[in-house]
Amino acid sequence: MGKTQSMNFVKEVSQVLGGEGVNLCMQCGTCTASCPSAHIWEYTPSEIIAMVRAEMRDEVLSSSSMWCCLSCYSCTVRCPRDVEPTNLFHALESLAVKHGYKPKNTSTPVMYKNFVKSIKKNGRVSEFQMMMGYYMSTNPFAALGMISVAWNLLSHGRMPLSAKKIKGKKDLDKIIKKLNEVRGAQ
Amino acid sequence: MKSYTYFPGCSSEATAVGLDISTRAIAEVLGMELKELEDWNCCGSTPYGSLDETESIVIAARNLALAEKTGLDLVTPCSSCFVTLNKARIHMMEKPQLKEKVNAALSAANLEYKGTVKVRLLIEALMSDITTKQISGKVKKPLKGLKVAPYTGCQEVRPRFGFDHPENPVALDDIVTAVGADVVPYPSKCKCCGGSAVIAEEGLTLELMYRLLDDAAKNGAECIVTPCPLCQMNLDAYQGKVNAKYNTKFNLPVLFVTQLIGVAVGLKADQLGLKKNIVSPNKVLAKYL
Repeated sequence: MGKTQSMNFVKEVSQVLGGEGVNLCMQCGTCTASCPSAHIWEYTPSEIIAMVRAEMRDEVLSSSSMWCCLSCYSCTVRCPRDVEPTNLFHALESLAVKHGYKPKNTSTPVMYKNFVKSIKKNGRVSEFQMMMGYYMSTNPFAALGMISVAWNLLSHGRMPLSAKKIKGKKDLDKIIKKLNEVRGAQ
Repeated sequence: MKSYTYFPGCSSEATAVGLDISTRAIAEVLGMELKELEDWNCCGSTPYGSLDETESIVIAARNLALAEKTGLDLVTPCSSCFVTLNKARIHMMEKPQLKEKVNAALSAANLEYKGTVKVRLLIEALMSDITTKQISGKVKKPLKGLKVAPYTGCQEVRPRFGFDHPENPVALDDIVTAVGADVVPYPSKCKCCGGSAVIAEEGLTLELMYRLLDDAAKNGAECIVTPCPLCQMNLDAYQGKVNAKYNTKFNLPVLFVTQLIGVAVGLKADQLGLKKNIVSPNKVLAKYL
């Protein structure tokens, strides 16, 4: 069932930062009932948690579900079992990315990747560069639909085209490199 | 005068430049000294943590380590920076091994994170340290008669980091009242605007924004007030798109709470970045400016 492992997906999830609460879920459905985007999830928030518990590794990690999470944390403050579903969904996202899954029907992972790319380039996010990167790697023509919003922001001095680089950019690179050395050694 | 380390966040240099301008302006009037954290980097926000949580904690920790050197509380007006920096702080507090790993990484830049810095929201600092009583005392132009829908957004109060109620926040209402304006109650006060999904899931976010705008307008609001950079950008810059999709004629200015306070304490439009607002607030604020 799993791509690289079977029958220990729950354990794998619970060992990712944010995924620790997966075993606490009692399927009450409060997360789904509280979610403002549940109607566009491939499997609803409580379903995807049940699927983790049922060891459906491939189905979960290839799903677009968790990518629909808006990080509003409504489920997290309502969950009677402190599962912290928001963090759990982010843990599932990071597992999906780590293992090379590319969910269909959502371009959120591409947006996130361009966001992080912008940080790695300058130390800060350039919203303009992030948007350009996103449209270039998804559908450049879709950018046409954004002209009105982009013009609104540009003409009100809210969308600088150039990006500032922080002075400590090299330090940031060194810190990330060192983390990956430490992680690799473990 | 109370001093803070100020963490503006990336949006302060672009879509939320009005929040940064008005924050600095009212801080001076209210006796808050904001010392910008030198050479801060992006907090990582939700996207970084969704791709690689540990790496995102490390980049957040660079900011925390730099802030610790100042010995002051770190204050940010951005709800996402607030949540992200606090999440990193709590993960490291609860997992000593993670903190060790992060410090091993930070040592590459001669930095160390001890765990002493407090991460605070600007409006929490306004409520706790300045207090609404002092804000009221500085009001030169009470915003009498202005009907304001307070919109706290999600990440100022959720998950819980000890500030305000996660589902029925009242801090913003208290600030609106303190500057003399009228609070417009509306059921969607605590619902999500869609956040950064506005890029990849525009249809969904326009639907969420439509509900919010409709609710605020139906309940008689003349403007919306929010502390959140992303909520403001969405409701302001996409209001035209909502109107086009839902065949509506919303014309609701969306002010940062810092702009609202600024008007009341007698600052001018230029000092508050009001010209950066896309839905013009000129008409509703004309009496007070």
